[in-house]
Amino acid sequence: MNELAITVIGPDRTGIIADVSEALAGVGANLSDSTMTRLRGHFAMTLICNGPAAEDVEKALAPLTGLLATVRAVAPEADADVAGEPYLVSVHGADRLGIVAAVTRVVAAAGGNITDLTTRLTGPLYVLIAEVEVPSGGADTLAARLALAADELGVDVTLRRAESDVL
Amino acid sequence: MSDALADWKPDVLGVDGKVLPVVTAPASVLSTVGADVDPLDPEVVQLAADLVATMRVSPGCVGLAAPQVGVGARVFAVDVTQHPKTATNHGTFVLCNARVVEASRWRPGREGCMSVPDLTGDVKRASRLVVEAVLPGTGEAVLLTTDAFEARALQHEIDHCDGKLFLDRVAGAHAVYQRKVYL
Repeated sequence: MNELAITVIGPDRTGIIADVSEALAGVGANLSDSTMTRLRGHFAMTLICNGPAAEDVEKALAPLTGLLATVRAVAPEADADVAGEPYLVSVHGADRLGIVAAVTRVVAAAGGNITDLTTRLTGPLYVLIAEVEVPSGGADTLAARLALAADELGVDVTLRRAESDVL
Repeated sequence: MSDALADWKPDVLGVDGKVLPVVTAPASVLSTVGADVDPLDPEVVQLAADLVATMRVSPGCVGLAAPQVGVGARVFAVDVTQHPKTATNHGTFVLCNARVVEASRWRPGREGCMSVPDLTGDVKRASRLVVEAVLPGTGEAVLLTTDAFEARALQHEIDHCDGKLFLDRVAGAHAVYQRKVYL
């Protein structure tokens, strides 16, 4: 079974998802995981599909005018091991160059694996929220290093456990 | 009426509970609105005992509803005694035909569910709650007032009895996560 990584981006309008997913369904591409969101008036889609060959999907998406699409074959997911404990990093402060680079470098240096990250700029305020798998017992060290980095950037940072309760 | 709940213990049921397999989504029973039950019906009494037994052998489990063991009925067990987020705590109990009477002070929290083993989600729940129900075995009516984690557990289980999962209540498109920690 072919696994495909697909990105689509274009100016936001009504019906983008319907158009793209219909084109995918038309060539038998089954959409497994996806995130889709509007970023500054552009609609962005990141999709993992399986089924057809990459060329067939490219052909199916080509007629969708105004959208920039990329399709590439990827190796199917291996069963991921649980890499650590789930944490949330929140950063907010005045916008400046290099916040994402500095914060994510600190996380990576501590062995933390980012599994989801969103940034938003609203007016002068920059916000970064990341989900991170932190190696067992490494949270205190990471929190201290993040605090140092945040100090240098002049932003506020918090690291907190993302606890889920089983009901 | 609250005394009835304080006096209620699983041994009031007078039958031994069996450990039942837990059903996982997308089983249709989890999406079915449960039927009201007769709290004195021997089958309901046995089901109540089975829910307690199954809850007790499941690590970290603080509540289990009949649809989760494949029965489309308005019955569930709760026990949040050991949970660190518990404030008010009514011990181990089983409720039939439970309905929310009052709900206030909504708070977000991340929930997982034995019937949705690979995902968690952010859900707003009332942290002050009043529930009316009847007790299995005795048939007594109770009005249960609780808060914090017990309130969350009750709402999650009442949702199961209504054919709803936490996935039907998540806070937004980015409020569902791959579960990263298994108990």
